[in-house]
Amino acid sequence: MNLSMISKSLLIALPMLALGACSSNSDSDADSTETNKAATEQAVTETNTVETDVIEAVELTEEELMVQEYTAAILETTINFEFDKSTIAPRFTMILDAHAKYLVANPDKSIVIEGHADEKGTPEYNIALGERRANSVSTYLENMGVAAKQLSVVSYGEEKPVNFGHDAAAHAENRRAELTY
Amino acid sequence: MFIRLILSLSLLLVSVQASASLEILITEGVNSARPVAVIPFKWSGEGKKPENLSEIIGNDLRSSGQFNPISVGKMPKTPSNSQNVDYALWHNIGVEAIVMGEIKPSTKAGEYTITYELLDVVTGNMGMAEYSPIMEKRRSTVKKSQLRQFSHRISDVVYEKLTGVRGAFLTRIAYVAVDRDSTHPYQLRISDYDGFGEKLVLRSKQPIMTPTWSPDGRKLAYVSFEQKRSQVYIQDLYTQKRELMTSFPKINGAPSWSPDGKQLALVLSKDGQPEIYVLNIMTKALNRITRNRVIDTEPSWSPDGKSLIFTSERGGRPQIYQVELTSGQTKRLTWEGELNLGGTITPDGDSLVVVSRHNGSYKISVQDLDSSELRTLTKTQLDESPSIAPNGSMIIYSTVYQGKKGLALVSMDGRFKANIPAKNGDVKSPAWSPFLN
Repeated sequence: MNLSMISKSLLIALPMLALGACSSNSDSDADSTETNKAATEQAVTETNTVETDVIEAVELTEEELMVQEYTAAILETTINFEFDKSTIAPRFTMILDAHAKYLVANPDKSIVIEGHADEKGTPEYNIALGERRANSVSTYLENMGVAAKQLSVVSYGEEKPVNFGHDAAAHAENRRAELTY
Repeated sequence: MFIRLILSLSLLLVSVQASASLEILITEGVNSARPVAVIPFKWSGEGKKPENLSEIIGNDLRSSGQFNPISVGKMPKTPSNSQNVDYALWHNIGVEAIVMGEIKPSTKAGEYTITYELLDVVTGNMGMAEYSPIMEKRRSTVKKSQLRQFSHRISDVVYEKLTGVRGAFLTRIAYVAVDRDSTHPYQLRISDYDGFGEKLVLRSKQPIMTPTWSPDGRKLAYVSFEQKRSQVYIQDLYTQKRELMTSFPKINGAPSWSPDGKQLALVLSKDGQPEIYVLNIMTKALNRITRNRVIDTEPSWSPDGKSLIFTSERGGRPQIYQVELTSGQTKRLTWEGELNLGGTITPDGDSLVVVSRHNGSYKISVQDLDSSELRTLTKTQLDESPSIAPNGSMIIYSTVYQGKKGLALVSMDGRFKANIPAKNGDVKSPAWSPFLN
């Protein structure tokens, strides 16, 4: 299973709203001009007074399309945790709700939930803590209707910090779960 | 999958660099150490002395925390054998013992004959014919490439004669270096205990954790995330052959090699939460040791191999427990501190080394197993991964010092401390090898 491919196809696969500029030289148009000569002649006589131009339809970015469908929270993939805690704070439920909605609507998609810890405590204990955090996210998504087979969990403990500092702010940033498609 | 494995991983056992990229810098405890003299060995050959044996021996004795070798400048004389030594001169400056010797080319090319002696100054100063001041006198012929190792062996002999405890200078450490600028940032390395002779064992694009030595010092077991999930491997350091031990869903972690070399204690969370298992390395038979609904992790073997020490949250916060493997009987060992992690029993079986949290700081501590008294050994706040020297004299651990993650040493009594800063990147997860001789 290639996760990065899924992640790339996720946005592109969505129905596109964009409409290409259309040409007026279709057969049916030609037929209609032939059967309605008067109208055509009238149009020709007016060529100097009006002109038309091609207008491009409004095209939304992939992200904007996702946001339209699943709210802005769909673009967030990091859930932070309090020290030594694996409960999901209310401010992060919107993010998980958005991803749950997407996964329910797209049962062929799946995610890996990475659990991470700060550097406090031993690396082996932090692997267990990281898994508890990832499990807590997984359980939340399952409760929102996502199928278990769409979810997998891996804990990196304190091995993959996003902030390489050693202060409280760095620790807070590193206590997290990350959703990867 | 297989192609990705090859791309993301390269196996090497080559010398990273000749000089030490780790260096022991002593920070505390020299004043309380016993003064000794390691006199520069007399070189009777052509050209430059092939190795500075006395410097290696002096550094070994100093970094044990128990001895304070005096500088050459303070030595009253620099004899190379025990004949006509004026013991009073040494006694007067407080020196307890003298190490001296000679090195000369052997009859075989590329080999050297080394003679060395260890003298007891107090006995020599008494001048009583029935008591010889010569504690040890040996001669060996050694290849040039073995001179550094042989110097550590002399240190081992001297240390044992003077303390009654076997020396651990001919040992290695395994550790994980993280060099974020490298294409393969996670690197499992080994070096001599003093940082010399560093070699790369494995480098990977994904984390490597928890190296643990086989009792014969020939293999390492470790956790690798090379497949974007945790797996436990065993790697032979000499043949470079790797063998996958476990690859269950979820955590495969915290391997610890049994004293008889036949089993690995490890942690698997395939059945829900992290539990302790014992894996037979030959048959791959798995035996589940713990069974409850909370975290159990960090198994380590008692020196007799009959029980496992582990961390469990069964009492609320993590504390250290011990389970007898035949009966399954489990008891809690730690009661002091906000929580305790990463427990190991010392080789003599008398004490438990742990990471203990006090006022939010994580510190290396030692608990006496009889009295349950817990002593904090370190002043840093983010200590982890303690590993005990095979003679029980010293603990190597990882900590954050001056903003960098590096290794550090502390003696079992806490009086001697040293830092082993890395030249670049982070260094962590040290594991002290067993005796290699």
